[in-house]
Amino acid sequence: MGNRMLSESALDRMEKEYQEWLREYQGATRKMPERLKRFSTVSDMEIKSLYTPLDIKEKDYFEEIGLPGFYPFTRGVQSTMYRARLWTMRMFAGLGSAEDTNNRFHYLINHGETGLSTAFDFPTLMGYDTDSPLARGECGKCGVAIDTIQDMQRLFAHINLEEVTSSMTINPPASILWAMYIANAENEGYDRKKLGGTIQNDCLKEFIAQKTLMLPPEPSIRLVVDTVEYGTREVPRWNTISISGYHIREAGSTAVQELAFTIYDGVCYVEECIKRGLDVDDFAGRLSFFWNSHIDFFEEIAKMRAARRLWARLMKDRFKAKNPRSMLLRFHTQTAGCSLTSQEPYNNIIRTTTEALAAILGGTQSLHTNSLDEVYMIPSEQAVLIALRTQQILADEVGVTNVIDPLAGSYFVEALTDKMEEEANDYIRKLDELGGMVAAIERDYPQMEIADAAYHYQQQLERDEKIIIGLNKYPSERPELEFILKIDEELERRQVEGTNAFKANRDKVKFQKAMDELKRRCEGPPCWENNVMPALLDAVHAGATEQECCDLYRQVFGTYSDPGTF
Amino acid sequence: MERERNLRILVAKPGLDGHDRGARVIARAFRDAGFEVIYTGCHQTPEQIVSTAIQEDVDMIGLSILSGAHTYSFPRILELLKENSAEDITVIGGGIFPLEDIPKLKAMGIKEIFEPGAKLQEITAWVGENVKPREGIGA
Repeated sequence: MGNRMLSESALDRMEKEYQEWLREYQGATRKMPERLKRFSTVSDMEIKSLYTPLDIKEKDYFEEIGLPGFYPFTRGVQSTMYRARLWTMRMFAGLGSAEDTNNRFHYLINHGETGLSTAFDFPTLMGYDTDSPLARGECGKCGVAIDTIQDMQRLFAHINLEEVTSSMTINPPASILWAMYIANAENEGYDRKKLGGTIQNDCLKEFIAQKTLMLPPEPSIRLVVDTVEYGTREVPRWNTISISGYHIREAGSTAVQELAFTIYDGVCYVEECIKRGLDVDDFAGRLSFFWNSHIDFFEEIAKMRAARRLWARLMKDRFKAKNPRSMLLRFHTQTAGCSLTSQEPYNNIIRTTTEALAAILGGTQSLHTNSLDEVYMIPSEQAVLIALRTQQILADEVGVTNVIDPLAGSYFVEALTDKMEEEANDYIRKLDELGGMVAAIERDYPQMEIADAAYHYQQQLERDEKIIIGLNKYPSERPELEFILKIDEELERRQVEGTNAFKANRDKVKFQKAMDELKRRCEGPPCWENNVMPALLDAVHAGATEQECCDLYRQVFGTYSDPGTF
Repeated sequence: MERERNLRILVAKPGLDGHDRGARVIARAFRDAGFEVIYTGCHQTPEQIVSTAIQEDVDMIGLSILSGAHTYSFPRILELLKENSAEDITVIGGGIFPLEDIPKLKAMGIKEIFEPGAKLQEITAWVGENVKPREGIGA
């Protein structure tokens, strides 16, 4: 209660004047009715016509909003925010071969990108080499094919790995790809203590939404904890998990579901790391997050502000973190792929711009802006440049980076931030009751909540209660774009040949010894002595392919496949 | 008079692509339209899909794919249906396809392709009009 922002007398006057306004509004809308029966966000959260100090009259500024860089971090994780350093412009990129993707990395860096982000192809994401029968037709199509450390070397050729941070969107095989990254960096003479970057490594949201499935939940989490433990000791500048809401949202969740399920995945990882014997303040500062910035402008900003407060409070109250850094919710944002249309694709530039602006006003630490052609294919050079320039225009021309958290104190934004936190907390209580995230996943709970929301939205769209321009309003056809990226179908054969040649040249004794040690560690109880990372580094140095390591995981830990519920 | 039985539909996700939002939404829409629906879940090989379709006596397979790997999986599924004398099962596709691939897919025997933005009503109506219960399969 204590530190209210308005005095009692000001609130009394506000109440009186609000009632006068309401009468006026009701009279006016009898003459000219409201345009819609119900106004709601894209997530279907109902929105009132006006917000006033009355909506935040219970707020204690110091407890709930505070100052940037100070608990509960509602206004941002740094005291300086974009006045000192802009967000990292980090475009998700991966296409064709390692060389193709390396060319794209250099193209983006040469045009002002400030961090790298790697998209792997589906076989790599699922833990298969290109020569697997399951990988037919997939090579290089939705990202880059990486089978071995040789591919990793080509992927990051001529990039200073101590200066540029790299994010890798990889989940069940994250430990292996990270080992390849570290091993390659060491081969190139870099110090692993100075390597900065992120592996997504968030297995829980795979079961919930993204469906890159490999191992059952329990061993999946064990591998995540192995990477956190290894990172804490050996690669201290690395973000070992990017706890991701993006894919949950793309699968059709509401903003609140994205917020709640993601934060709760974070809770599960923290619990598991503590169980391993790690001190919360030793690793929590290296947990990072990843949000979707969808099309509903204020809802996204409120979600990001609420997320920071929610996480800070959980870390402080539930996990007794002492170091403020452990309480910081630092995050990457990607604009919403699912908001884009294949009809009139140039309109996607406007959608992405709005979503990027929301991410900036929400205080993101790094940002990917989708390209206008990403509805068809991974982006062309022409389209990706427009997407990168979108961020640069917002950073340098528009003026929104002059000031920290300019929307704080907006009656609407603060009320919406509160509502996000409140509804996310309802989910968190429910998930606690279900016995934690793994138990909830086994009961199909978050999966079905998302499926319900996705179906509800689709029905709203078909009833024209939600509008997408070019689709259900001013409908239009999909045009032919002049620049569409094509992935060479011959690449698959070349990639298989390259990997086979590499395997033929490796030291078989060294390779076998490393794989035996990896197996021994996987079979042992989870602890530092059985941490897979040191053995994986030896294995990838000795030429182990991604699939060879994953097959070993599958053999020891068992597999998990999509239950196919709908 | 014997009532015509409900259509049996297999919604399937070929390849390694995990984008299942569309597949799950269309599976629900088919169910709500009164069809019997079986959903494979993600990560199915053409062999698995055809085997399920035959075991489940379906009248139609709806393939959902967003990865670009349809160039391999779609023709392979049609080929396997033929090998198993089940080419009378209607096959349709939904997802993301390069424009020039759509006529090629139709020419090889994919009956219809639904792209992003296709309405559920439009898809279920197409199925109702164009797919009939296969002969000789349980009433």
